[in-house]
Amino acid sequence: MSHRSFTHLDALESEAIHIMREVAAECANPALLFSGGKDSIVLLRLAEKAFRPGRFPFPLLHIDTEHNFPEVIAFRDHRAKELGERLIVRSMDDSIKKGRVVLRSENQSRNPFQSITLLDAIAEFSFDACIGGARRDEEKARAKERIFSFRDEFGQWDPKNQRPELWSLYNTKTHSGENIRVFPISNWTELDVWEYIARENLEVPSIYFAHWREVIPRDSGLLPVSHLVQPRDNEKIEKIMVRFRTVGDMSCTCPVASDAASVGEIIAETAMTRITERGATRMDDQTSDASMELRKKEGYF
Amino acid sequence: MSVVENVGLDRAELLRFIAAGSVDDGKSTLIGRLLHDSKSIFEDQLSSIAKTSSKRGMQNVDLSLLTDGLQAEREQGITIDVAYRYFATPKRKFIIADTPGHEQYTRNMVTGASTANLAIILIDARKGVLTQSRRHTYLASLVGIPHIVVAVNKMDLVEYSQEVFTRICDDFAVFSQHLNLRNIEYIPMSALNGDMVVERGDQLNWYQGRTLIDLLENVDIEHDVNLDDFRFPVQWVCRPQTEELHDFRGYMGRVESGSIKVGDAVTIQPSGLHSRIKEILLYQSNFDEAFAPQSVTVTIEDHLDISRGDMLIKSDDQPRVDKEFTAMLCWLSEQPLSSGRKYIVKHTTRMVKGLVSQIDYRVDVNTLNQEKTDSLRMNDIARVVMKVQQPLVFDAYSRNRATGSFILIDETTNNTVAAGMIC
Ligand SMILES: Nc1nc2c(ncn2[C@@H]2O[C@H](COP(=O)(O)OP(=O)(O)O)[C@@H](O)[C@H]2O)c(=O)[nH]1
Ligand SMILES: [Mg+2]
Repeated sequence: MSHRSFTHLDALESEAIHIMREVAAECANPALLFSGGKDSIVLLRLAEKAFRPGRFPFPLLHIDTEHNFPEVIAFRDHRAKELGERLIVRSMDDSIKKGRVVLRSENQSRNPFQSITLLDAIAEFSFDACIGGARRDEEKARAKERIFSFRDEFGQWDPKNQRPELWSLYNTKTHSGENIRVFPISNWTELDVWEYIARENLEVPSIYFAHWREVIPRDSGLLPVSHLVQPRDNEKIEKIMVRFRTVGDMSCTCPVASDAASVGEIIAETAMTRITERGATRMDDQTSDASMELRKKEGYF
Repeated sequence: MSVVENVGLDRAELLRFIAAGSVDDGKSTLIGRLLHDSKSIFEDQLSSIAKTSSKRGMQNVDLSLLTDGLQAEREQGITIDVAYRYFATPKRKFIIADTPGHEQYTRNMVTGASTANLAIILIDARKGVLTQSRRHTYLASLVGIPHIVVAVNKMDLVEYSQEVFTRICDDFAVFSQHLNLRNIEYIPMSALNGDMVVERGDQLNWYQGRTLIDLLENVDIEHDVNLDDFRFPVQWVCRPQTEELHDFRGYMGRVESGSIKVGDAVTIQPSGLHSRIKEILLYQSNFDEAFAPQSVTVTIEDHLDISRGDMLIKSDDQPRVDKEFTAMLCWLSEQPLSSGRKYIVKHTTRMVKGLVSQIDYRVDVNTLNQEKTDSLRMNDIARVVMKVQQPLVFDAYSRNRATGSFILIDETTNNTVAAGMIC
């Protein structure tokens, strides 16, 4: 490598490694949120680059909605084992049993309630920092968020009063009970993530690649048929070739029609797409102009 | 110019820029225009802002809604905090910080400016150089943004007059000659209609210079980082202490400036000890050389006591090591500076306690006059003398952004209260 060949991916990678090392050095008890999705898969490679030949100076934490795709959960366990790092899983079912989460119906989206289980896990382990894979290109409230995003003791984000964040001098100070969410890949786009996956030759869950699946066209999306999603009256199941752009709650994460069967083909498709990742795949973000901002104010990632 | 084709970007460079200027000069519109004309706005984003625009009774789609992402911003129609946006051309990937114009949000502008390679200063052609344009230009020079583009916007409202453009450029040149700005370019444009942003349009044929996108794609940013002085603040020491890596000690950090080769002599500051670079690694790769801004792990030939906050330096170019220094300070907090009070100083990877021992003067950012003062309030900029409890290893900010910058943190509230640039 030389100055001339330092690419935008190199720059983004170096920034992310620097951020992770700052967290490790300055936070007393951090965790890395690992869901098995592509963004957190990238985080794990960045952590390897940041800390090998040492071990990660933090455990991996997954807030499991129990509404996840089985392929993703299998991948999560496989990857954590392969890395030899500690994985902590906290299940929303436990929060429901304890009465911390009250659902209107068994099949509704569990995304909004992840915050509660996450905040409980943060309290249980006294985590003072959680590294997450959110990106600013995902959503307009995220586009406003700092890399080190301070949350008060209720986990709340105060968008009108964020700490100034200058150069790469991050302020990691918290009082006990408070928490910082850290987003090392804030400046990456969906395309950067896939290009990095290609460059690093990273394994991803199979459902990111095109496959045949039963779906129900509903509103503007294609809902995947599962025990959580069954056709309503007048709805018909179709079997089409799809892939997932995000892998979240099965009840509201929609695949897109695609025949991209390799990372290279996904990159080509991502470069051409005219719909944002969330716009195409998340029904829960379309309810209002500010749904993400509201959720973040309540403690969401 | 071809911005549409996005494939094959893995060889592209990264350029960070901000859009600054007075309220309503068209910053958000310009960013919306850049994204739109470079095909970086997605259909669902466009339909969502189209819905909001028509709800408000507007005839055209208001592109500024793209960056004003907070509820409060959309309600008030202003930009409160920095929004980051991304777009790419085959040559470069761009990170845009859309920064607020209002004086009360100066600190958020400084946040966006601190990492930028380039600033676009928008000026409304009808209004000319305003107080806020001056303030933002001064801040851009203070924060050391290497490239400035003066975008004289809303040319459609002055009949695309060359005279108006020339007069504004002259005004700007007069005012900015006292600032330390090496690289100023002027472009007439209409962000609303898209003239001279990505397309040239057919209204500004008297202008022979580059379009904005042409400039953004081609401005030389390689020399924006200091390539001469090797500075490597240690972030984290890796000591696996496993059987096979029993004696391994890796010093992990980012090359903030300059470059280093295996075998080079290094000095460790502030201890002043010497050694040589043994290996440069990252994960499964070994390198002969590392350069800014690479994050790497290095090992050295000798067993020395090195920890976070120490800095590796190439032995023939030494920084200053001192407990007292002069700096320009930008006060960011609603709570004024209490003189004599101790703050936490974060500089590179080092945190020490320190205080402002003297305020030389405050700068009136509108007139650039220097005035006496004994306190600092939010958005004040002043030259001060800092005293710290342990020595810092630093360079002048004008020579090295990374080793010349620091922040002050209030120990009680944990807030970041000031940003400093060492003179
Ligand atoms: N006629 C004209 N109006 C413009 C132009 N650029 C921006 N505007 C309008 O100026 C107003 C303020 O623009 P905005 O982008 O919100 O300014 P900001 O406060 O600098 O972000 C909006 O009504 C825009 O439509 C331009 O080139 N020509
Ligand atoms: Mg604006």
